[in-house]
Amino acid sequence: MTGRSPMTGFQKMTGHDASLDTPLLLENGRIIDPANRLDVKGDLLVENGRVSWVMPSDRKSSTVPDDTRIIDLDGKWILPGFIDMHVHLREPGEEYKETIESGTKAAAAGGFCAVACMPNTIPVNDCDAVTSFIKARARTGYCRVYPVGSISKGGKGEVLAEFGEMRAAGAVAVSDDGRPVSDSQLMRRALEYCADHNLLLISHSEELSLSRNGVMNEGLVSTKMGLRGIPRCAEEAMVYRDLSLAEFTNRPVHIAHVSTRESVSLIRRAKARGCPVTAETAPHYFTLTEDAVKGYNTRAKMNPPLRTADDVEAIREGLKDGTIDAIATDHAPHSDFEKDVEFEFAANGIIGLETAIPLALALVRDEIFDVTRLVELLSVNPARILGVEGGSLSSGLSADITVIDPDSEFVYTKDIVVSKSRNSPFFGRELKGRAVLTIVGGRTTFFDEELPTGS
Amino acid sequence: MAAKQRFDHKHILSMEDLSKADIRLILQTAESLKEISERSIKKVPTLRGKTIVNFFFEPSTRTRISFEIAAKRMSADTFSISASTSSIQKGETLIDTARNLMAMNPDVIIIRHSCAGAPVMLADHIEASVINAGDGIHEHPTQCLLDMMTVKGKKGKIEGLTLAIVGDISHSRVAHSNIIGFSKMGAKVRVCGPATMIPIGIEDMGAEVCSSVEEAIDGVDVVMVLRIQKERQKDPLIPSFREYSSYFGVTKRNIGAAKPDAMIMHPGPMNRGVELDSDLADGSRSVILDQVTNGVAVRMALLYLILGGD
Repeated sequence: MTGRSPMTGFQKMTGHDASLDTPLLLENGRIIDPANRLDVKGDLLVENGRVSWVMPSDRKSSTVPDDTRIIDLDGKWILPGFIDMHVHLREPGEEYKETIESGTKAAAAGGFCAVACMPNTIPVNDCDAVTSFIKARARTGYCRVYPVGSISKGGKGEVLAEFGEMRAAGAVAVSDDGRPVSDSQLMRRALEYCADHNLLLISHSEELSLSRNGVMNEGLVSTKMGLRGIPRCAEEAMVYRDLSLAEFTNRPVHIAHVSTRESVSLIRRAKARGCPVTAETAPHYFTLTEDAVKGYNTRAKMNPPLRTADDVEAIREGLKDGTIDAIATDHAPHSDFEKDVEFEFAANGIIGLETAIPLALALVRDEIFDVTRLVELLSVNPARILGVEGGSLSSGLSADITVIDPDSEFVYTKDIVVSKSRNSPFFGRELKGRAVLTIVGGRTTFFDEELPTGS
Repeated sequence: MAAKQRFDHKHILSMEDLSKADIRLILQTAESLKEISERSIKKVPTLRGKTIVNFFFEPSTRTRISFEIAAKRMSADTFSISASTSSIQKGETLIDTARNLMAMNPDVIIIRHSCAGAPVMLADHIEASVINAGDGIHEHPTQCLLDMMTVKGKKGKIEGLTLAIVGDISHSRVAHSNIIGFSKMGAKVRVCGPATMIPIGIEDMGAEVCSSVEEAIDGVDVVMVLRIQKERQKDPLIPSFREYSSYFGVTKRNIGAAKPDAMIMHPGPMNRGVELDSDLADGSRSVILDQVTNGVAVRMALLYLILGGD
């Protein structure tokens, strides 16, 4: 018997879910699981919230329980759940931009099973009370939420925040995202103190004395447009500082949103000599150049700024050769009234959760890297770097699964955005590939109603 | 009045947007309108019934008054809004303020704003024509046009001339518009200033970068001196005015490198003795006051062409 699934488009992480009691068979999909060196057409059974087994189609012998729901995923890819290790959920404090509920819903729609949310909320997530609040709110969201605590109290860059208490409340990392730590001694102490609490340090590497007043990449385009520039060296000088501190203290550092060729090169060389560094970039840094700013397009204003074609090429090389470990969206919702202002006054950042998959898939189609690497960048590595569950489809593990239709073509418009904000430079763009099914701990959080299902 | 030629621009936002033919038409029109300002009754009815708003977010005397006189000589109704009196102070956004202005149905909005691109944004959101009267460090197209008119008036042409711009090129909207405009009309443009004041990519906009004033003004027809801003304290680009003046000031000592009949221009307001010797500013080569006079004519021409009056 086949028919439309009783499941709606979205489902929260809490509340009664009858489907959790029923086994779920994902049938005839291309299963790609780098952790198990698997890339095969086959079936995957989810029971009791966990992966029961994965079975290649040519060795089909397993039987499934009678009441199993079946979803035919012919032509779709079944992947370990995607994890976005850099988002801004804006709650507490700026709920008009996004809430934990709306942001995690956007994540589910974009195929993400988990997100790590940055601490620059109001108040700043610099203590266990705020961390606990975020975790509590996240229980009624649509994906796993890993809070990232602030490195310093109030994000002011003066004294260390209470890492231990934040860790105990559920933080997995600390960061200065949005408000870079200028004081190098504080940064060193933060790296050292992270060791006591098993926290990752995520650095927003920016030398503020070089970037202040700047609103876009410094170069010919900024000169022509009369906009003050942010030079590449504002990022690179701090990337070098952070690598140097990581190497000296022998403590891991994760460099957020890498945007320049020289940053990639610095990280590549540091890795080669054994420096404990990992790095991420965002889809806009491998997709767009500073030209997107022309016409004073505030939807292309972000920090770090969009750079040149040469930087884009280097970012792609870094993603390919392993210098950059992860793709994270830096999902940064802002309301229209914060973007529909003079370019210099406009807020930095764009939403990204719902466009990451098609933009990353474009690199697979361009043969920059293969689909296995794509899964490493969006699932395997973020799980490993953050030290959280996920990143694999091994039997017995929690069933966090992202299913994508790599061939689905659509025009990205304001009308289809799930996030509460609409600040994207990609509206009007023809995109290819998207999530059609997102499963977190066996629970279907997002489901494309067009999928053929039965039982 | 100038022979009727097509002028397809609703807005004047940047010198980039204007073609050589457009610029020639504007200058011809300005030349023919200049005579109105010399009459005993300095008024023609051309723009009667039109409403022109001066929307100034930055202090300005020269440019604002110049536009106002231009509009009044053409019989348009004008009113001025400055940032201190407007709702901007109360937190209203530019777009909201502009929409409110539109409810009063103006024909042209002249905007001066500290942010690059503000005129573009305004033009995208309202029905009226927009004239950029200076946006941040981006452009000041009407200043460029009046400078071209002044040069053409003295030299009879623009094509083939060499112009040197000396000063803070990075933060000068006048320099940016003049580099684009004069290059477009076939002049050579050299720029000179401390390296802290020369922006990346300026060569690609058509300027030749010179390392000394002597080199920059060697054999030139026009020397344009820019104001060194005393107010730029947050990001000091020079150690002192004294040192600036001795290395990059245009003086009686170095002006000899230019052609004997070279003109000296300054968009004002001037710091006498800093960027330009006081004697030179007042000397026979100086056309600084002609610039002001031509400013009115150029702005009359633009209003006339935009509003399609005859």
